[in-house]
Amino acid sequence: MGSGPTMRLTDSERAMLDGHEGKAKRKAMELLVRYAQALGADRFVDTHNVAGVPGSYSPLLLNYYNATAENAYDVIYSRFDLDSDEVVEVPRVTVSSCHLQGGVDPENWQTLGAKPEALQMSQESEAAAASHGIRILKTCTPYLAGNVPVKGEHCAWMESSAVVYCNSVLGARTNTEGRESTSAAMLTGKIPDWGFHRDANRFASHHISVEVDVDSVMDWGMLGYFVGATVQERIPVLTGRFNRPDLIRHKHFGAAAASSGGVEMYHLVGITPEAGTFEMAVGQAMSNRCRPEVITYGKAEQQRTYDELNSKARDRSVDYVMLGCPHAALEQIEEICRLLEGKRISTHCNLWIFTSRAVRAVADAKGYTRIIRAAGGALITDTCSAIGQAIPPGTRVAALDSAKQTHYLPAIMGIQAWFGSTRDCIEAALTGRWNGARP
Amino acid sequence: MSSTVTLRGRTVVGGCTEGEALVTRDTISGWGGVNPMSGTIIETRHELRGQSFKDKVLVFPGAKGSSGWSAVFHMTRLTGTAPKAMLFNEMTTKIALGAVVMRVPSITDFDQDPLTVIETGDWVKVDADRALVEVIKGRSRSGQGG
Repeated sequence: MGSGPTMRLTDSERAMLDGHEGKAKRKAMELLVRYAQALGADRFVDTHNVAGVPGSYSPLLLNYYNATAENAYDVIYSRFDLDSDEVVEVPRVTVSSCHLQGGVDPENWQTLGAKPEALQMSQESEAAAASHGIRILKTCTPYLAGNVPVKGEHCAWMESSAVVYCNSVLGARTNTEGRESTSAAMLTGKIPDWGFHRDANRFASHHISVEVDVDSVMDWGMLGYFVGATVQERIPVLTGRFNRPDLIRHKHFGAAAASSGGVEMYHLVGITPEAGTFEMAVGQAMSNRCRPEVITYGKAEQQRTYDELNSKARDRSVDYVMLGCPHAALEQIEEICRLLEGKRISTHCNLWIFTSRAVRAVADAKGYTRIIRAAGGALITDTCSAIGQAIPPGTRVAALDSAKQTHYLPAIMGIQAWFGSTRDCIEAALTGRWNGARP
Repeated sequence: MSSTVTLRGRTVVGGCTEGEALVTRDTISGWGGVNPMSGTIIETRHELRGQSFKDKVLVFPGAKGSSGWSAVFHMTRLTGTAPKAMLFNEMTTKIALGAVVMRVPSITDFDQDPLTVIETGDWVKVDADRALVEVIKGRSRSGQGG
């Protein structure tokens, strides 16, 4: 026991570690080596697709490091992102890199209750990242904003809901990376060869037998919440009473499973790319030796999951409806517009819908943003209520159509939250009352 | 009344320290599960909800939830609310990176389950350079050991 294996480094990795490509890459490699050794990995894999939150800062970080607007990017990237004791000049990223959600929507900052200084800080941070070659996608759904990895591609992504989508739906390969590892990978194109980068670690260990009809987005969210709580960070394979889910159902299922547990990959037999058959999903070793234990998801489990999600709500009077967790796809915005068109939401209620800049650009062009605004709501980008810790002033009771957001928002903001369908939520926005029902 | 138990594991982050154990059988969420200003667990149904791990030897199954895990625990180092050490069972990228940037002695892959052997209030000596943990059982919860 004791320490793990020593790293096997390639010549180019060794050159970076020895400082031949500058101080920043040296610091990045030092961090990646410490990280790989902590994991017990003995080598790196090359990655050309990194998604993180490089160099972003808050007043707390700026004050802590005594940074100014002029040097903030180098200071925060060095000291926090690369965990370096020394400030180094941070070069442009060397591989395809994008910025996930964060900061303040420059169009709706006042609605979000942001101060002008917060907007300015967000914009300065964004401009610095952009000038270093980082694509500013500002979303938790990069796969809906132009970053769609291909099967087998090695990625280094943050954002648990995007990670589970990347592995499960796209068949690309990423662990749940963190801010520091993604920022280091952006400079070096390296990430530890561990976990989901290796074939042997992508097989299912738990079998979920779905014995109640799972069809709507809400159904998939509840199933994901149950699966995450049940298997924790293991890999489930699901069989049973569901049809082929679309992108939105995958998005809500995976996000929920990655919140109640730590699910980073799942298999749906005959549907997801590495689960052509049950045997493919569990792998040869497992299917020869013994089949995984079967866990049943039936009516009772579905109802218990619904009750758990709604356990943080008591008052039926709703003053805030939040949709778009993970960030809304265009189809979801269309559905919201169909439910809202020609109506006004309750004067006692706010409706905020969160999406990516890419999707809002289309929503703007199609007139959806206007429909939402005319109904009294707002279509907001870059952040969400949980990430931005932004809710309308005086909010006591929220209504949500995302199991993930229901998991986080009451804990973070100290409010009540109802969970239901998108239709239940829009109904609550229109009437100011929660009338959602247990399935 | 006190007795000593020794556990051996694998070094995640080296270093030596000692302190009072805070043990939970629940995995811990970083972002959205911990307030980094106080080191307090805030997750709604967590058995340690409302308790702080500041200066404790945190003994837990592992990390779960958001990819912000490492950044939140990194913040606890900056705010001075980090645990003194981490002993855990389940290796994940979240906890590995979090331990590295928190720079606290951390050990995993134990020869005995630390969740069974160690109880909240035990005094724990962590030698992460040698991947050894010495648990002094039956010390008072007031933390007057050392």
